Amino acid sequence: MGIRFPAVWVEVSVPSGPRLVLERFFHLGGLRRFTSESARESMEYDVVIVGAGPAGLSAAIRLKQLCLEKGVDLSVCVVEKGAEVGAHILSGNVFEPRALDELLPQWKHEEAPISVPVSSDKFWFLTKSHAISLPCPFDNKGNYVISLSQLVRWMGMKAEELGVEIYPGFAASEILYDANDKVIGIATNDMGVAKDGSKKENYQRGRLMLLSEGCRGSLSEKIMKKYNLREKGHAQHQTYALGIKEVWEIEEGKHNPGAVVHTLGWPLDQKTYGGSFLYHLKDRQIAIGIVVALNYHNPFLNPYEEFQKLKHHPAIIPLLEGGSVLEYGARTLNEGGYQSIPYPVFPGGAIIGCSAGFLNVPKIKGTHTAMKSGMLAAEATFGVLHEGSNMETYWDALQKSWIWEELYRARNYRPAFEYGLIPGLAMSALEHYILKGRLPFTLKHGKPDHEATKVAKLCSPIQYPKPDGVLSFDVPTSLHRSNTNHEHDQPAHLCLRDPKIPELVNLPDYAAPESRYCPARVYEYIPDEKNQLKLQINAQNCLHCKACDIKDPKQNIEWTVPEGGGGPGYSVM
Amino acid sequence: MKIMVAIKRVVDYAVKIRVKPDKTGVETQNVKMSMNPFCEIALEEALRIKESGLASEVVAVSMGTAQCVDTLRTGLAMGADRGIHVEATGALYPLSVAKLLKALVEVEKPGLLILGKQAIDDDCNQTGQMVAGLLGWPQGTFASKVVLDKENQVATVDREVDGGLETLSLDLPAVITTDLRLNQPRYATLPNIMKAKSKAIKKFTPQELNVEIKSDLEVVQVTEPPKRKAGVVVSSVDELLDKLKNEAHVI
Repeated sequence: MGIRFPAVWVEVSVPSGPRLVLERFFHLGGLRRFTSESARESMEYDVVIVGAGPAGLSAAIRLKQLCLEKGVDLSVCVVEKGAEVGAHILSGNVFEPRALDELLPQWKHEEAPISVPVSSDKFWFLTKSHAISLPCPFDNKGNYVISLSQLVRWMGMKAEELGVEIYPGFAASEILYDANDKVIGIATNDMGVAKDGSKKENYQRGRLMLLSEGCRGSLSEKIMKKYNLREKGHAQHQTYALGIKEVWEIEEGKHNPGAVVHTLGWPLDQKTYGGSFLYHLKDRQIAIGIVVALNYHNPFLNPYEEFQKLKHHPAIIPLLEGGSVLEYGARTLNEGGYQSIPYPVFPGGAIIGCSAGFLNVPKIKGTHTAMKSGMLAAEATFGVLHEGSNMETYWDALQKSWIWEELYRARNYRPAFEYGLIPGLAMSALEHYILKGRLPFTLKHGKPDHEATKVAKLCSPIQYPKPDGVLSFDVPTSLHRSNTNHEHDQPAHLCLRDPKIPELVNLPDYAAPESRYCPARVYEYIPDEKNQLKLQINAQNCLHCKACDIKDPKQNIEWTVPEGGGGPGYSVM
Repeated sequence: MKIMVAIKRVVDYAVKIRVKPDKTGVETQNVKMSMNPFCEIALEEALRIKESGLASEVVAVSMGTAQCVDTLRTGLAMGADRGIHVEATGALYPLSVAKLLKALVEVEKPGLLILGKQAIDDDCNQTGQMVAGLLGWPQGTFASKVVLDKENQVATVDREVDGGLETLSLDLPAVITTDLRLNQPRYATLPNIMKAKSKAIKKFTPQELNVEIKSDLEVVQVTEPPKRKAGVVVSSVDELLDKLKNEAHVI
């Protein structure tokens, strides 16, 4: 088995504060997992950030800015599981530049890929054959239609210019703790792990860790559970939605840069919260997608198929006709808002961005708050490392910032929809025009998403039309457009806590919902030699959306991170 | 002995490519670029030869715009000792690349020049052969196995040819181009990526190498292949024969 000796710790006092220097990790005995040539290699940084998204990169940039201001140097490392920065970034996105204006005020002159201001803002209620214009609840003046994947790439460049080290293709798979249960680093899966389990691992050690993995981050979820961060923050559970998106290139005359359309209603029913979006970018590209709240009741609901149906609406067909799809993807997003924000600080670091959950649901924007949370965490981190304060200042700063004020004001929109579409819309109108968040109470969320699914026998199956190959497509065709790839010779990264549950519970009781909500057809029930349906996990298809981790009725599916460099390859999402 | 490896930055193999609307080429903006897979195999072979003690240094060479440096850094992270970047902005066709490689070979004097058999963006499969011709060196292309005999300065190369495998014995210095089954390239580990930052990359321009980049090729048009037509179910053998003869004109 092997005996592991503790590392030799040498504490060296330097004027700016004590620094921990890790010497070596020794292993005795033959551990089958390790190759004989090298012990685990460890690299040290002052700050390790997991995830090169808007929050992570904002934190990295802010840290380096503070270093320049105060004449200090802190080493900052960002690890990113995607093959390149931006590869796993997907968002609508109508961007509010509030946080970017604070972080990089010169962005307009530095060729940031933010060039399409919102030119019109429409809101439609869809029925099967009509689109009824409603007063628009959004105020997008001053905002831009962007590709978040492109913006994040640009932010990555800015971060590297400031000296941040970014390592794409490296997935943080494990958290390292010291003897006092304090987080001291992460282990990354090196690429080239064979199915037999032989692999090398690398450690990134940091004095402080920032987790910015996005919605339902795998390490963040573990940390929140371990340190009871939801209870600590008096927060409810998080609620989620699944967003499925395509970027199309449409015909010349139909393109209207900056046009923003949101819809409600068809194809979703009155009990299912969700809607669609349609944004015109530049270069004749449009972003079109659907967002379905994951607390839907009917296990026969297939969000992907609902999206395909949506594209056949008479108001949408003329726009898409003659166009072609450039990219496809899917990702879950937070809808819990204010009520679900956990206490984001843990011994050794903090959680930022959507991993904690700062998305403003009525605005359907989370990028600006994610970035701001990264900046606040960076300021707190700098205080800890340079001035000896503690990370609680991050929590204080959050509560004093515009994130809090915004999310507090927005807190009662989404929970009102627990009572149905009409009550929800009525409350939205009330909040938007009159109350503006001043209700003296806070509505609570309903059941957690995975508990909201009713058993199959109480629900009716939904018949979805076949794809026509022009406007609507089958999953394999769409998946091909996501540039998803995983090295096939690796263990499946989707783990079943109890391998018998799919056939004993999911299939008979819930009619196998995972075969419907997964936008990548990872979960399929195939008859085996005895003609019994068995679950087959096509882990290679995975888009890293985390829907299965959220919606599985018995929470039996655990999404763990595969070898870095795999997953989708988004470039204009 | 020094080994020189030529590597090319191409559109990543997993990306779904599309043709630019003006039909002048494939869309490369906002698209993931990586090292050509055959070049990775070439570099891996060079590194293995060095690790077995038969070579002292591996030099990676790439030609093109400034972004080639990223690809060179990946090569350095895999284990190459030094990089050379030939900065050129226009289109570089195989003959130009071959001439530049010849000039670099005269500077660096390697005992072995290894390239990928072809690049996955143009599928030319010409550069290795052309540079061997220009240098007057023996060539072992489509290599699926390479064994070096340092003492006798000979490389024994198994080549994958249409009829099977052909084994050639090449006197060094020689040119080898790699095929898929030669080896499985290693991944760059994080510490190696860090170390690669401090490895040197030397810049050259075509003028410094006395090579004039003039192209005798011009891309006229790039179009997508015609969409596959749906299959037709025939009801009898006669109908099949009729269609094969009169519609498909294959018999």
